[in-house]
Amino acid sequence: MRSPVGTTLRRGRASDEGPALPEGSPPPVLVVEGLTVTLGGREVLKDVSFNLHAGELAGLIGSNGAGKTTLLRAVLGLQGTAAGTVTLSGRRDHGSLGYVPQKVSLDPDLPVRARDLVALGIDGQRLGVGLHSSSRRARAEELLSSVGALHLADARVGALSGGEQQRVLIAHALASKPRLLLLDEPLANLDLRSTQETVSLLAGLTRSHGVAVLVSTHDINPLLPFMHCVVYLAGGRAASGRTAEVVRSDVLSRLYGQHVDVLHAHGRVIVSVGDEHRESGCELAPDDCAEEGQPA
Amino acid sequence: MGAGLFSSFMTGTWLEASIVAVAAGAVGFFVVVRGAAFAAHAIPQGAFTGAAGAALVGVNTLAGVGVFSFLAATAIARWGRRARRDVVTALILVGLLGLGSLFLSMSLEYSAQTFSLLFGEPLAVGTGELLPTGAIAAACLALIVAMYRRLMLTSVAPELAAARGVNPENVETWFLLSVGAATTLALPVVGALLVFSLMIGPPSAARFIARRPAAAVAVSVALALVTVWVAIAAAFYSGWPLGFFVGVLGVVWYLLGRLVHARTGDARSTGDARSTGDARSTGDARSPAPQGPAAGAALRKALAPPGISS
Ligand SMILES: Nc1ncnc2c1ncn2[C@@H]1O[C@H](COP(=O)(O)OP(=O)(O)O)[C@@H](O)[C@H]1O
Ligand SMILES: [Mg+2]
Repeated sequence: MRSPVGTTLRRGRASDEGPALPEGSPPPVLVVEGLTVTLGGREVLKDVSFNLHAGELAGLIGSNGAGKTTLLRAVLGLQGTAAGTVTLSGRRDHGSLGYVPQKVSLDPDLPVRARDLVALGIDGQRLGVGLHSSSRRARAEELLSSVGALHLADARVGALSGGEQQRVLIAHALASKPRLLLLDEPLANLDLRSTQETVSLLAGLTRSHGVAVLVSTHDINPLLPFMHCVVYLAGGRAASGRTAEVVRSDVLSRLYGQHVDVLHAHGRVIVSVGDEHRESGCELAPDDCAEEGQPA
Repeated sequence: MGAGLFSSFMTGTWLEASIVAVAAGAVGFFVVVRGAAFAAHAIPQGAFTGAAGAALVGVNTLAGVGVFSFLAATAIARWGRRARRDVVTALILVGLLGLGSLFLSMSLEYSAQTFSLLFGEPLAVGTGELLPTGAIAAACLALIVAMYRRLMLTSVAPELAAARGVNPENVETWFLLSVGAATTLALPVVGALLVFSLMIGPPSAARFIARRPAAAVAVSVALALVTVWVAIAAAFYSGWPLGFFVGVLGVVWYLLGRLVHARTGDARSTGDARSTGDARSTGDARSPAPQGPAAGAALRKALAPPGISS
């Protein structure tokens, strides 16, 4: 074990020793440095820095309005930045990032099947109609099966349940073989079972595809068993590092700029900021987390 | 009587109307799936002003319609970007219509011509118009073919397109221009008020009948062709305005589409694929099988009949 990396507000390393990462030291896929975003005259993100490595599953934690969507859009290049850099390893084109947006409301009457949406993930940015080919079809089916949704291939996407749509959208995002997958609140509006299925699917993808995954959520509990590291947003600033090193009273107090209690109750953690009680908890047993999350 | 309907005098009408139907059916599919019905209503209304203006100054109607369709489409695309699109569209609509009423009041003999511009006058189409019509239709279809995948992607969710480096606003601009082109073709035939119904009725049914995008476009074009053919024949024999039949058929297609949808549902969504082993080859043995209750829920959802059919 390498020595734990000190977590600072400014410059936390996302993970130097994520549990059960692929052997060796994978290169950082994403380096965010000093990112500052101003929206409507307000600094929504201030000097946010973190790294993400191949094969890592990172949680982007923050309450509503904390700037999660803004951060993901900035990484995607859809949001202009006031300062800072977002560096993606290797070549950057429309295929290097996969994105599942926060609210995709799909029209139930849209004549687009799951396989059509995934095929659009393969080459939807290109001109022309994209003639039917068996290799394209096989690739779409392979992608659907990698998210456990092959049985939904011929269903209209808009008629699927929230959890099923999530899977198809993940397959769409994976279609361009991205090095980094960004998901914005994929667990919102899912029931407990779909939540667990989605999280373990994402954890499986980090291993099977070697992709780095950044998942935003306002509740880290479902992510805990699988998450290698965390980027915690509050007041526009970020603390990042291994979960146990970030979700701590001292670190979060510094982040929030006021006293924060991290309470352990019934296997969850309640983060209590000032008068406000917010449950964005974490079981503070990182090593247990790690072992649970990464079965041999 | 049949000889009259298919006489050489009518050849131009049949050809023209068929060209119009193909373009309107194809563009209309995207109008419906993008929820752009209001823009597809406003652009022909704006183009009517162009027709009225052309009549006033004595230039070709097609030219007037084309220029104003283009103006309306670009104005909606440009000003609708960072604003409430429906409000901007409405303002462009009323602004152009206001101008149109001025043109009409200045024109001397307007009643008969106005009526045909509003409700369509297919029997007046001569073969001389076929060349420009064919050229505009070819351009319009070429645009749809070139932009097809981007149109689909932005129709599903603009954010998905943006993440792949496709600017949804540019796609929208090209799309509105294709609506303008289809309007230019269709307005002299079916009339300003009913261009809209030709672009909405057939595709609204097609998306219920077909579940694949390409098939839905084909069904939409086919229904649009049937619409204009039936409407021409019916107008020819009854002497009633063509627009009446186009409008009524638009509604009929929609109702039939819903009926078909309610009958077939989307029931074959899951079925046999349940047994497909690699449906959960995620590599995560702990992941519970997703097929069970969730798939059942989708099935029930798909089977639930839409409101109007019971
Ligand atoms: N276009 C905008 N103009 C001004 N403020 C914005 C804009 N978009 C988002 N914001 C503000 O930025 C903050 C962060 O938003 P967002 O990134 O959506 O938060 P989250 O996704 O964490 O809920 C919020 O306070 C929101 O009100
Ligand atoms: Mg958000």
